[in-house]
Amino acid sequence: MDMTVANRIEAERLAPVTTAAKPAKVTAKDVNVYYGEKHALKHVNVDIPDRGVMSFIGPSGCGKSTFLRCINRMNDTISSCKVTGLITIDNQDIYDPALDVVQLRARVGMVFQKPNPFPKSIYDNVAYGPRIHGLANNKSELDQIVTASLEKAGLWGEVKDRLQDSGTGLSGGQQQRLCIARAIAVNPEVILMDEPCSALDPIATAKIETLIDDLRSNYCIIIVTHSMQQAARVSQRTAFFHLGTLVEEGPTEQIFSMPHDQRTQDYITGRFG
Amino acid sequence: MTNHIVKSYDAEFAELDRLTAHMGGLAEKLLADAFASLDRRDPNLAAIAVASDKAIDAIEQQVQERAILMIAKRQPLANDLRHIMTVLKIAGDLERIGDLAKNIAKRALAVAGESHPKPLMNGLRHMTELAMRQLKDVLDALSTRDAVKAREVWHSDAGLDALYNSVFRELLTYMMEDPRNIGLCAHLLFGAKNIERIGDHTTNIAENVLYLVEGVAMTDERPKGDDTSSMIMTKQSG
Repeated sequence: MDMTVANRIEAERLAPVTTAAKPAKVTAKDVNVYYGEKHALKHVNVDIPDRGVMSFIGPSGCGKSTFLRCINRMNDTISSCKVTGLITIDNQDIYDPALDVVQLRARVGMVFQKPNPFPKSIYDNVAYGPRIHGLANNKSELDQIVTASLEKAGLWGEVKDRLQDSGTGLSGGQQQRLCIARAIAVNPEVILMDEPCSALDPIATAKIETLIDDLRSNYCIIIVTHSMQQAARVSQRTAFFHLGTLVEEGPTEQIFSMPHDQRTQDYITGRFG
Repeated sequence: MTNHIVKSYDAEFAELDRLTAHMGGLAEKLLADAFASLDRRDPNLAAIAVASDKAIDAIEQQVQERAILMIAKRQPLANDLRHIMTVLKIAGDLERIGDLAKNIAKRALAVAGESHPKPLMNGLRHMTELAMRQLKDVLDALSTRDAVKAREVWHSDAGLDALYNSVFRELLTYMMEDPRNIGLCAHLLFGAKNIERIGDHTTNIAENVLYLVEGVAMTDERPKGDDTSSMIMTKQSG
């Protein structure tokens, strides 16, 4: 690569991501969630742009994780949970009864707070999704997917000589990157992350944040985090939830320097929560 | 303003504000003393003024250290972050105001023995009064978070610049009238320039108060009225 191309790519990488002009990847219109009688999420409207990171912040119980779990229909597994309103991915209603939920979850990957590798080898953890979705025709294609996914997750160098070791034997940070590799192995379009670093030390956290920054050029990433600094570092847009309401959504730099809503300001500056 | 959940964070802000207010008070007094020492040809007062600048510098150092520690400890955001950053910048401006006022006091020491016709001091007296009023108003605006008052100070700097222009002309005239005035008037010219600069730092503070209160940087063109850099004078025009 000649220098001018390298410079241009670097300039593009550093350029502020203007999300406003981009078409929305995920759109929510008047989304409400009820757990039995409890109205957990109230009239949420938001456009989430593609190829960028949006963070959801807010105190515990504010509805941010509930909303995140609507996007891959994980709330379906809770019998008392009812979701109303419209959520679309690429203008397709994801609550359409004709839609295959298993296919949806291949398009919308998820990474959880606590790393949860399968009690299988590192290789099988990553190969699991591609196998059940039939993404590889033969062993060598599967090998390629596993290698590429581990590389994208920034884990390849650390595990390439021990792919048959158990995934649960890795460190916490490595396990989380394994889970990210597992999520991206099925070639998703959206990646949901529910506090992906809260169980990790600062160095493992920094590696995950670097990874998120690398992945954002190819995916729509939504991250729930309790760390304002993390939200400020990794995301281009931030949404603040409080008591089941989406209070404010906007460019991350604006939310953290000059929020419009007093509740946002009070929360991020540690005045209530 | 609601309080932080962490009480000691509020105490740190209170201390930061107290130090800044104290610095502002010292800067006001230093400017008043500096002019009075020049006006009354009082070398003792001038020496006190020169010495008091050290106290201002020491407080600025404290403000910096505390602000840096707060950023490291609390990772402030939104209005808290603006609060810390503006206090840091305001402390820098107050420190410069102290330096400029000290310089006036030093000139009082230099001209203490010279003849001192009263009318020569009038222009500088007016400038000092105006600069003192602006400084007081901006410090009030800072402590009460008063954007309206800060904006008034910001606009009033043009008046100080206009006054500086006329003092400049006036002092040139005195020098042409009687060469024995030249030594004193040269010092007074620098004194006037210092006060004009103090006005600029006061305007900086006003901008920072506006940013602190309203969260948007002041983007208007500054009122500029100092024309002395392009001013020449001949005997006829004077």
